Amino acid sequence: MSVETDTPERARPEPIQAVPVRHPGRWLAVAVIGVLVAMFVHLLVTNKAFNWSFMVDEMFRPPVIEGVRGSIALLLTSMLIGIGLGVLLAIMRLSENPILRGVAWVYTWFFRAVPRLVLVILFGNLGILWARIEFGLPFDRQIGALFGVQDFEARLFGFTAVEILTGFVAGMLALGLSEAAYMAEIVRAGLQSVDEGQTEAAQALGMTRAQILRRIVLPQAMRVIVPPTGNETIAMLKDTSLVAFVPVSTELFFQLRAVGSRTFQVFPMLVAATIWYLLLTSVLLVGQYHLERHFAKGFGRSERAKIRLRGMTAETGGRTGEVGGA
Amino acid sequence: MTEMTAVQPDATAPGAGPMVRAEQVHKSFGPLEVLKGIDLEVRTGEVCCLLGPSGSGKSTFLRCINHLEKINAGRIWVDGEPIGYRERGGKLHEMREKEVAAQRRSIGMVFQRFNLFPHKTVLDNVTEAPVLVRREKKAAARERAAQLLERVGLGDKLGAYPGQLSGGQQQRVAIARALAMQPKLMLFDEPTSALDPELVGEVLDVMKDLARDGMTMIVVTHEIGFAREVGDSLVFMDGGVVVESGNPREVIANPRHDRTKAFLAKVL
Repeated sequence: MSVETDTPERARPEPIQAVPVRHPGRWLAVAVIGVLVAMFVHLLVTNKAFNWSFMVDEMFRPPVIEGVRGSIALLLTSMLIGIGLGVLLAIMRLSENPILRGVAWVYTWFFRAVPRLVLVILFGNLGILWARIEFGLPFDRQIGALFGVQDFEARLFGFTAVEILTGFVAGMLALGLSEAAYMAEIVRAGLQSVDEGQTEAAQALGMTRAQILRRIVLPQAMRVIVPPTGNETIAMLKDTSLVAFVPVSTELFFQLRAVGSRTFQVFPMLVAATIWYLLLTSVLLVGQYHLERHFAKGFGRSERAKIRLRGMTAETGGRTGEVGGA
Repeated sequence: MTEMTAVQPDATAPGAGPMVRAEQVHKSFGPLEVLKGIDLEVRTGEVCCLLGPSGSGKSTFLRCINHLEKINAGRIWVDGEPIGYRERGGKLHEMREKEVAAQRRSIGMVFQRFNLFPHKTVLDNVTEAPVLVRREKKAAARERAAQLLERVGLGDKLGAYPGQLSGGQQQRVAIARALAMQPKLMLFDEPTSALDPELVGEVLDVMKDLARDGMTMIVVTHEIGFAREVGDSLVFMDGGVVVESGNPREVIANPRHDRTKAFLAKVL
């Protein structure tokens, strides 16, 4: 062991110049994938069954665009119902009120048990159950009979079931109500993921349960809720094709299939559907990315590191007021 | 600095008696009895330190005082008001959630693990409750919050998120957050136990400052030095009962009870 005591400042050693580990397997994989991709492209270009020009012509026609619009409208409305009702159900499930807990459990049990396809067809046919749907005093006829009034009716307003409960509304309700059951579970998991100490601290400050939920727990739960909700939204986009069984005609897949069967060009239209769904899903993914970033405020590894870095420069520069002001 | 002290109830108020009075408080978690009849009195302006081995029930008792835990028997009064229950026609009624929340407004609490709201900036952590619960104007609340944060030495961290602060800084924010509600009583639940040793001092300094300003405080702590220096009274708990209490300097110097002696011998 030799200790150089006469050189207090040792020279910095040269940077390591080593031969990196080689990965021949990766090159092999690239070659194999390359061949497979080439074969696939060859198939796309040479196989006449694709009928590309016909497909491109048809997939942007007004009825198809109308179908895209219908699908998106269905997606938005059913997800709105799903998320809104889902949050409500999750809060009910976690409530101290046993009645609310029970109601929420039964709801979730029912709508998760029945397949969406069955629900969609069921809702499409609810018109069989009631010719008209009316709102007013329940059991009005029976109550009337009790007091000797024949055909006593206490109804505020109503509508013909066949007009409203078919098509779009039926599909929207079926998808939205079923989605609410799944969202309820996602939201519940999110709410439960927030540290108990947060609720206690808020309680100790004199906040009520509603205030704590809205201001403290739910915003933190969003971090856990958003990613699976993105999943659900994408799944819902695809499930909108189920409403063809209601039946709803202003829907993407229905329109494309209609073109396919009318022109006997079934396969190109299936490819067109694939492309449309790929496109729409990609748009949703971008939205999800931004939402996740928004709710990672004050959390998240990368975000926190970024803020810390800014804080450090602020500390040395003395401009702390700007750190993470958003 | 002194006029920022949280409001003290004036002597003519109904709370001319003790700030906190506990009588025969019992608390069980299932079959486990944690508190077996605690009696305690804390006068206004007094600093009372609760000492004891872990599992002695001191934190549970502290949490009973602002009704975070429901007691099974006995009574607790804060400033003359029974906590969590109302007596009407000789019967005890459980309070509604809103009423319990209203009672908690005047009782500040500081937790071992800070429990700051991580999604809010330091300033928003402090202004949240005053704006939401006390309906203060936002600008006024912000101004007062900034003053409080200045007082705990964090005037330059208003825009930071809790995750960017050290433990000691977080705990000082937590104290400012509790003070923003202008409490008449402050509860500290092992405020320095989760801190690195070199950060303990900065939190204790803030608490000493608060005690000097006449705040009524109940402090669950293992900091014997703090109890000796700042405490007006010391209560030693073990196994869910008060073993010994009195002037902290006397109790620490001459513990009478064997269990107190054994405990102090270990921590001193």
